[in-house]
Amino acid sequence: MVGRLAVPKTYKLYIGGKFPRSESGRTYEVLSKKGAFLANAALASRKDARDAVVAARAAFGGWSSATAYNRGQVLYRIAELLEGRRDQFVDELVSAEGLSRTAAVKQVDTAIDAWVWYAGWADKYVQVAGNGNAVSGPYFNLSTPEPTGVVAIVAPQSGGSLLGLVSVVAPAIVSGNTVVVVAQQSAPLSAISLSEVLATSDVPGGVVNILTGSPAEIAPWLAGHADVNALDLAGAGDLGWVDMQITAADTLKRVIAPEVGAPAPSLHRIVALTETKTVWHTKSLI
Amino acid sequence: MTPSAALAPAERALGLIGPDLTEKSLRLHLEGLSGIDAVGLEERAAALGTRSIKTTSKAWALDTIIRLVDLTTLEGADTDGKVRSLVAKAMNPDASDPTVPRVAAVCVYGDMVPTAVDALGSAHGDPDEGNISVAAVATAFPSGRASLAVKTLDTAEAVAAGADEIDMVIDRGAFLSGNYGLVFDQIVAVKEACRREDGSYAHLKVILETGELNTYDNVRRASWLAILAGGDFIKTSTGKVSPAATLPVTLLMLEVVRDWHRLTGERIGVKPAGGIRTSKDAIKYLVTVAETVGEEWLQPHLFRFGASSLLNDVLLQRQKLTTGRYSGPDYVTID
Amino acid sequence: MTEIVKPHRFLDYAPAPESTSILHLKKSYGLFIDGEFVKGHGKPFLTVAPATEEKIAEIANANSKDVDTAVAAARRAYDRTWSKLSGADRGKYLFRIARLVQERARELAVAESIDNGKPIKESRDVDVPLVAAWFFYYAGWADKLDYAGLGPNPRALGVAAQVIPWNFPLLMLAWKIAPALAAGNTVVIKPAETTPLSSLILAEIFQQAELPAGVVNIITGAGDTGQALVNHPDVNKVAFTGSTAVGRAIAKSVAGSGKKLTLELGGKAANIVFDDAPIDQAVEGIVNGIFFNQGHVCCAGSRLLVQENVHDEVVDRLKLRLSTLRLGDPLDKNTDIGAINSREQLERIRELSDIGEREGAERWTAPCVIPDKGFWFAPTIFTNVSTSSTIAREEIFGPVLSVLTFRTPAEAIAKANNTPYGLSAGIWSEKGSRILAVADQLRAGVIWANTFNRFDPASPFGGYKESGYGREGGRHGLAAYLQGASW
Repeated sequence: MVGRLAVPKTYKLYIGGKFPRSESGRTYEVLSKKGAFLANAALASRKDARDAVVAARAAFGGWSSATAYNRGQVLYRIAELLEGRRDQFVDELVSAEGLSRTAAVKQVDTAIDAWVWYAGWADKYVQVAGNGNAVSGPYFNLSTPEPTGVVAIVAPQSGGSLLGLVSVVAPAIVSGNTVVVVAQQSAPLSAISLSEVLATSDVPGGVVNILTGSPAEIAPWLAGHADVNALDLAGAGDLGWVDMQITAADTLKRVIAPEVGAPAPSLHRIVALTETKTVWHTKSLI
Repeated sequence: MTPSAALAPAERALGLIGPDLTEKSLRLHLEGLSGIDAVGLEERAAALGTRSIKTTSKAWALDTIIRLVDLTTLEGADTDGKVRSLVAKAMNPDASDPTVPRVAAVCVYGDMVPTAVDALGSAHGDPDEGNISVAAVATAFPSGRASLAVKTLDTAEAVAAGADEIDMVIDRGAFLSGNYGLVFDQIVAVKEACRREDGSYAHLKVILETGELNTYDNVRRASWLAILAGGDFIKTSTGKVSPAATLPVTLLMLEVVRDWHRLTGERIGVKPAGGIRTSKDAIKYLVTVAETVGEEWLQPHLFRFGASSLLNDVLLQRQKLTTGRYSGPDYVTID
Repeated sequence: MTEIVKPHRFLDYAPAPESTSILHLKKSYGLFIDGEFVKGHGKPFLTVAPATEEKIAEIANANSKDVDTAVAAARRAYDRTWSKLSGADRGKYLFRIARLVQERARELAVAESIDNGKPIKESRDVDVPLVAAWFFYYAGWADKLDYAGLGPNPRALGVAAQVIPWNFPLLMLAWKIAPALAAGNTVVIKPAETTPLSSLILAEIFQQAELPAGVVNIITGAGDTGQALVNHPDVNKVAFTGSTAVGRAIAKSVAGSGKKLTLELGGKAANIVFDDAPIDQAVEGIVNGIFFNQGHVCCAGSRLLVQENVHDEVVDRLKLRLSTLRLGDPLDKNTDIGAINSREQLERIRELSDIGEREGAERWTAPCVIPDKGFWFAPTIFTNVSTSSTIAREEIFGPVLSVLTFRTPAEAIAKANNTPYGLSAGIWSEKGSRILAVADQLRAGVIWANTFNRFDPASPFGGYKESGYGREGGRHGLAAYLQGASW
């Protein structure tokens, strides 16, 4: 008996809540660790990056002014949906990264837990990173961190592709930033699967924009884009990141230096992508 | 008073608010005034207080302060003797120096007006011409808690006795409870009681008692109300309530007077009273006047200090300036 | 009636110059390296008084060799002395410095006003008291770093290279040195070329405080000295306050070096006046916002955004108020507007003002007598300024205000944020809910509501976007000098 013929998935980009192909029409072959063909992924162009920045900027106002409680719930919802599709992600990682089933399960679980961990920070990082200031005079004075704006991210290019992506996207968006992230070049499929989760979760379109393709090609454009406020070079360690940092200085972007593998969950990553705003107001009874 | 009740048709209020002069239209006007940020107001006043006055400016300032003083005694224990002594001091502040100018006025209770007039003799007259006016506090000073009939009678008697200026108090209770119309009508009535037989008017100073109004927003509203009702002067305090005059409050009242002048071209006087005891403080007020409404306000019909002990401190400073040595309290007369 | 001699105008007062006898200047000043004043190897330069164009003193010029010496001294002091001291002892040195600054406050104020051109009432009442306050504030942090909530085991970075501007010479020195030392770093700092004087008096104070040699090194010189300093391979931290152009260059040059970087750069702050503003205080705030320190303030409220229905009223009152400002001798206690710091800066202000006029804005200048000598620019307002005007976009860094209008809060926010800068902003309104909502929406690091240009060591200061990154002041300012701390 002949088995049922599978229906393969088309992997596209994720921009502004939609799944376009690259405007360039380019794709590249994604292979398994053993060299087998898995899919054709979109090979994003600089124009796709530009469109992604526009989408991220458009989403910034709404996402950054959503209540912290709401953002926390949205992040938690991602964890819930990911949990529900756990097996799909495990299968994908096993074939794409050549992992043992145990290792793939561990990666997916760690990614889910990272969402949960960061979700809890939404309404707390302000309390920890902000404070009232006892100035000498009749003034109310409060310092609070705020999202810095549009963050361009090079996801970790080695190690677990899903965990790497989550480890850089979650701390960026929890405070209200919107992101354009370039996925792991060699293993982009779980990034696009994650975007399907995001699209069906409560994350507004444009908050997370995912590009697949060559970070070496796209990231310099993002580093130079004037409407990008911060650049997370987490996965750019082997990509001439110093030049990107130099380019980023043209508009004085905040830059996070490369790390090896998936960054561990940390408050540091949240706060590094915020701006401290200090508000003074006069105080008087009469 | 009902919102639609018509108020006494005071000329300024009719001009600014229009013929429909009611409790409601007055309230709308007063509540529509721009707010005051207390911190900013106090900072501005403090900044004006840091002006450094030296040499010729200081000599002029000291004499100007004297010329602007309403030398005051408002005690239950006042007697003819006390008032005559005050008048003597007003006419000749420093027995050792005839170049010292006279004060603008003596300020007494209404029943002491005849004594003051008598003691002044030929010196009684317009301070702008170097003479000395008699100012009487009236309208159940300092509380103002009496019927309108009593208040107007109090006023009319003082005017009839020869008072040139009436320092009335507003009904702070009525003001604080929002009865602006009542306060307004009373000022208009007292103004009318200031009318002399020849049709001229004694000058009316309206005491807001800013220490009881408490907030700067109230002071601004009360200042406008007093001007609209016909006051010639707005005055901070009775001197019986603490805080009395402060620099921020006076600055604020000067700003109202400035705005009224910009609006109508008419000049209203300002009188801080109570609590100004040193030359140093008084000079801060002169600076504040000069930088807020202009130097032309530094004349007796536009600015006064209600004070008693201030005069002696100015005299001591004046002696220092003349002799080059510091003087002492035994070198000026106690009253 | 005696005749009273009235001065020409009482408001002219009489000159009330602050005594300079308190100040004992040397003819020439060396570099302050390793606790001693030493000769520089570059060509010395003169510092002049901008109010008179007279020379004040000759100042040593540090070349790259001197930078090496200074950094080596700082490294030695870090390794052998400063990093071995307890936090409590570091704090005690800072407390000593704060007290010495208070004791020599008048002298510092006079030096600052002579060298910078700012009015003595500002150097006396703002700059120098804040310098003392800054050292006092950070002194208390030195033994409490564990409590700062900036992560476990807070550790110093090492040697900090700091470059500061000429607008608040002494205050910027305090902003840089106090947190650096409290966190356990040692410092090499370069004051601006035109305003080195007060920093060298502060060096004497460090000697009086017996601050260990090499903990603070002050090297004078121009841009090339600063460049050599920030690019020195043995520094761990770079902190710069100054123009966005130079900040950008520094960000590029330290890229990839691992040096921690704080930049406090330019601004084009919006000062937003709503129609329910406390108008007299708003006018004061506008004046303070742009004419404080001759407008040589990175956070100056240089763009006045007025709600259209009160525009004329606000501008009229502003002109009236500006007419009482007193321009002249910085050492006169009654001076409100001092001298422009340098001929170069004066030229820039003139040039941008001329451009403003050419582009169609309406120019109004406060009536005041300009002294014959020195660098001066009378307070100036431009009305009819459009958002695209050069003077609405470029930082003028002078006593020049551009007035724009808006109709709704949303428009005010959009216009306020429509700039690559994001350092500060002002809001004037009596409506609390609107103030807080507007403050939320403004993309700027410091928001002053119903006040302007307030500074305090406990209050973090710093910008969004091209106004730089990192914060100075408060707990956040401490983070800039500790390893691992992210804010």
